[in-house]
Amino acid sequence: METQTIIQTTGLTKRYDHQMAVDHLNFQVVEGEIFGFLGPNGAGKTTTLLMLLGLSRPTEGTALVCGLDPERKAMEVKRLVGYLPENVGFYGDMDAAQSLHYIADLSGISRSEAEGRIHEVLKLVGLSEDARKKTSAFSRGMKQRLGIAEVLLKDPKVLFLDEPTLGLDPDGAVRLIELIHSLNQERRITVLLSSHHLQQVQKISHRVGIMIKGRMVAEGSIEALARDRFGVGEEKFTLEEIYMKYFQEV
Amino acid sequence: MSGLGAVYRKELSDNFSSFRFVILFALIAMVSFIISYMAGVSLRENLEGVAKPKFVFLMLFNTKGALFSLVEFVAVFGPLIGLVLGFDAINGERAHGTLVKLVSQPIYRDAVINGKFLAGATTIAILVVSVVLVISGFGLTLVGVVPGVEEILRLAIYVVISIFYLSFWLGLSILFSIAFRSVATSFLASVALWIFLSFFVSMGASVLANSIAPVDKREGADPETVVANAHLKEGVSLLSPMFLYSNATATIIDPMRKTTRSLVLMGPMEQISSSRFQNPLSLGQSLVVVYPHLVALIAISLICFAVSYSIFMMQEIRT
Repeated sequence: METQTIIQTTGLTKRYDHQMAVDHLNFQVVEGEIFGFLGPNGAGKTTTLLMLLGLSRPTEGTALVCGLDPERKAMEVKRLVGYLPENVGFYGDMDAAQSLHYIADLSGISRSEAEGRIHEVLKLVGLSEDARKKTSAFSRGMKQRLGIAEVLLKDPKVLFLDEPTLGLDPDGAVRLIELIHSLNQERRITVLLSSHHLQQVQKISHRVGIMIKGRMVAEGSIEALARDRFGVGEEKFTLEEIYMKYFQEV
Repeated sequence: MSGLGAVYRKELSDNFSSFRFVILFALIAMVSFIISYMAGVSLRENLEGVAKPKFVFLMLFNTKGALFSLVEFVAVFGPLIGLVLGFDAINGERAHGTLVKLVSQPIYRDAVINGKFLAGATTIAILVVSVVLVISGFGLTLVGVVPGVEEILRLAIYVVISIFYLSFWLGLSILFSIAFRSVATSFLASVALWIFLSFFVSMGASVLANSIAPVDKREGADPETVVANAHLKEGVSLLSPMFLYSNATATIIDPMRKTTRSLVLMGPMEQISSSRFQNPLSLGQSLVVVYPHLVALIAISLICFAVSYSIFMMQEIRT
């Protein structure tokens, strides 16, 4: 089976006034993989995701998502890609089911179809019991799960998850990562995952990319990166050590 | 039109279920009740013994009760409805972290702002129509006069103008909600602008007119200065949407008003003839008198929305 390239960027650049947010970024993500998108805060990860979604216009360079140019075919890209923003918010006066209904309505899913889908995604993320609870009463972990339920509603081919584990307790983070893993395994969804929980990322991602100051300083499997920096395989070094090594070098 | 319907439906239901709308509606309903009651009572007294008065029904809307008529009330306080419905339209979503989520759904970005504006305008329309209907029904029983076709037409035009006028303020507050990140700032800014345009512009107009073309009251003033003074005052006042609106609606509601000007210079013979032949204007003629006002009102509402539309479409949405 031939693997298809899902994301391909060439010289993708975003410049704000005098600051380079994203600096000639080249990387690719292939179908069916979990790509760990790592880097310190302010490295330009979110900006990159926004450009991949067509929400932000690149200063230079091009991106292709599922073979489509997000700048021109934003609608088609947004139909295929589910994006969970960092610190996703909800309408506090709606309950989980109402919130999902609104997203279904926005995605153009018919009312009759939405009912079944909502039931399905709530079960998938383990929130079936809380469907009638107001989102303002949700804990942070539950909110992230509901956020994932919302992006799964339109049955996306690709998921962009921006810091989904941020601010979660260790147990919550592990469970969320497991959920992401199972989505990838069972539904063959390609995942672009940005997270600071390097241990968890290491467990599930096939390849990682390390972005520092707008540049992709390393891209490949964890093993390859370990060999590149330390000359030995992954078993000896955790992703954290590799990451720190790259970070110190820049 | 992808997503417009979804946003529109959600915003409309939000508008009607929100607490602030309920409070506002209760307040306005109460005030209109009181105003129409007072107008009705004073009308009944004044019309005692008059053989066949004309356009009694419309007087319900422009007769001053104790304080002001309904038309004046909407002109002064109606803008608050528009402001309250729109001041947190965009920055509220931003503060809740729902804006990025919204625009990353497969919808066009303008569906968000169009849906919000249309839902607000629909709410305004429902409000205005229901207030006018309530007063009509109330007045019917109080005064006992059935409106004629022309009166109904005049009322319909009044309703349309009012919807545009309130939509202007809605558009303005949406503009501020895009421009300012903080909900409190956008609310204060829109209220400040409302106070400035509605109250201070007319004050400033007379100050300016009196300083540039002072009219000496004691000695018979030179007619040319009087005219210049009036022109200046009116010209500056026209900057205020409230002035535009009240002039336009006063002429539409009151067929006896022949002009929007406050000062009409006439010779004694003209005065006699005009007071002898006091006939109401036909609807078409009333419209001709206020036509520029109507165009200006509709234009400022559309321009205001267009500006917020273009800013929103260009803006980078990160949070």
